[in-house]
Amino acid sequence: MNVTMSETQMDTLKPESELTSNARPVEAGDVVIEIDDVNFSYDGNKDVLRDVSMNIAPNEVTAFIGPSGCGKTTLLRCLNRMNDLIPGAGLTKGAIRILDTNIYDPAVDSIELRKHVGMVFQKYNPFPKSIYENVAYGLRIQGIRNKAMLDEVVRESLTAAGLWEEVKDRLDSSGLGLSGGQQQRLCIARTIAVQPKIILMDEPCSALDPISTARIEDLITQLKTQFTIVIVTHNMQQATRVSDKTAFFYLGELIEMADTTKIFSNPSMRQTEDYISGRFG
Amino acid sequence: MHDINSPVQPQSGNPFATRSKKAKRLEAFFSLMLRLATYFILICAFYVFGDIVVKGAPVVFKAEFPFVNTTFFTKSPETLVVFETEDGEIHQLGYRDFTAFKDANPGVEIVKENTHSYSAGGILGPLVGTALLTLICITVALFIGLAAAIFLNEYSGKGGYMDAIRLAILNLAGVPSIVFGLFGLGLFCLFFPVIVSEANLRTDLAFEIFGSGKYLAFQGWGTSLLAGGLTLAVMILPVIITACEESLKAIPQGFREASLALGATKWQSIRTAVLPYAFPGMLTASILGVTRVAGETAPIMFTAALAHKDKLPWQDIGGEGRSAVFDFFSQSVQALPYHIYTVSAKIPQSEYTKPMQYGSVFVFMLLVMIFSALSVYMRVHYRSKVKW
Repeated sequence: MNVTMSETQMDTLKPESELTSNARPVEAGDVVIEIDDVNFSYDGNKDVLRDVSMNIAPNEVTAFIGPSGCGKTTLLRCLNRMNDLIPGAGLTKGAIRILDTNIYDPAVDSIELRKHVGMVFQKYNPFPKSIYENVAYGLRIQGIRNKAMLDEVVRESLTAAGLWEEVKDRLDSSGLGLSGGQQQRLCIARTIAVQPKIILMDEPCSALDPISTARIEDLITQLKTQFTIVIVTHNMQQATRVSDKTAFFYLGELIEMADTTKIFSNPSMRQTEDYISGRFG
Repeated sequence: MHDINSPVQPQSGNPFATRSKKAKRLEAFFSLMLRLATYFILICAFYVFGDIVVKGAPVVFKAEFPFVNTTFFTKSPETLVVFETEDGEIHQLGYRDFTAFKDANPGVEIVKENTHSYSAGGILGPLVGTALLTLICITVALFIGLAAAIFLNEYSGKGGYMDAIRLAILNLAGVPSIVFGLFGLGLFCLFFPVIVSEANLRTDLAFEIFGSGKYLAFQGWGTSLLAGGLTLAVMILPVIITACEESLKAIPQGFREASLALGATKWQSIRTAVLPYAFPGMLTASILGVTRVAGETAPIMFTAALAHKDKLPWQDIGGEGRSAVFDFFSQSVQALPYHIYTVSAKIPQSEYTKPMQYGSVFVFMLLVMIFSALSVYMRVHYRSKVKW
């Protein structure tokens, strides 16, 4: 709760967490997510995403920016097929390949996919369970009951989320008793616990105060050594602070995607420049 | 300078003085009407409750230890005999006690003798019967209702088909209870299959079960505990479904999404991230449902209820190759609302029948109030405990 900026220089995170050991070794220049000429529609008529193509590299933070309704969250939710929950919604063209597999192939089980592509939501949403049970949730639903193993994963995940020191003495108290920033980090810990390859973040700081936001941003920078992170943000400063690549969306189209430094200093498209300079959006 | 206020402005110079007396009077009139309408409800409620409490409480409670009229809760209804002996003394005894009295005092001549049906003893039989009916009803209704609510709220999509289902549920809630009674009579009592060694001639549908000498006959269960409980369950289903759906809707979408995003299947996410938090609300609503079915007379009239029965449901069942479980569920029972109906409308009235009438109604009202209070308490309790 009383997080100061100096505390955000976290000494709690083990840089070489054991979580990395199981991660697939990735080569430089590898592509983790390949979005290939995708159209998406919620009702089968009107496409809210049009001709979107991009490659997302491993162990990088990619930021999706753009004005409201531009389709950035829709695209994010395509990546772990959360849009499947909406009746009638689906890709109308193109394909999304994650780790060289078309995730909209009938042979792909969206349940299995989501174990590899985790998600952190805009509004922090811990379950009304204990802190421990929140983090252990993902493993429990996979049928893991081994207490020692759960203990270890909970400790590692909370450590990786920079929350361990703050909550280690009250793992059994409710996750809802934490501050907003802590709850969001608890949600990140919960996501890390199932050891995904990719973490999707949907405006993870939009409900948080500046200090909690700074803490999450630090965390994102540290987590990219282990995970590939895609973040949707309304906050352009946040994109410059945390991301390596930035994709600018406008009216359902990908206008431009490049290194973050390039997008914010020397964008090649006029619309991008207008947006980042605050002329609209 | 032209001052538009000048004609009505009072001498004191108060710019906010009342200008329209008429508007003021109308305001007072309407507020009085609304107030009176509200008080009217209050008066009705007070009269009903007051009458029942004043006349019923003395039957149920008494001044000396243990302060409760135990006979009223430990005996089933029986006939009251009021008789005058030769010494001019007037006695009131239950029929069994009366015969015992006669046997014990053969010398005593009885001058006058009046009987009043169902006015002696207590209401144990009806209480037990109602408890059993309600228990069967709520078990079945919760199971089916919860399943239907989960399907409607979590699995089903939108569209005309689903609208039709919702409309059907809504209509079911509006069906008069006597219709449910007849439905139960037709379906459970007269049609549902039983296994018998000799089929009733009334039925055309009877199949022999593989030469075992037994028949599966669609001849109905007759008036029985199970038929009554199921009829009540069908009647309360819309209420339960709606209550369960509301409870499910109150759970934030974020829980479901978070769970699914962690690789849970839909059922896993419902079971672990939705149902535990929806359960208190469902339970609260179900308790209110219980108080409603417990008070229904019409649906059990044809399907389960019996005006008079000497034995309690668990007495004298089974034996002679009959299954005790079968006997238990296939017997008719007394029920409190039906008992109240009987004693207040089906027997000749006299001053001696009053205590039983008011006592039964008082106990019934007390039970409903206890259940309602319980449901309110649970709601408050869980609201303070589980928050998000």
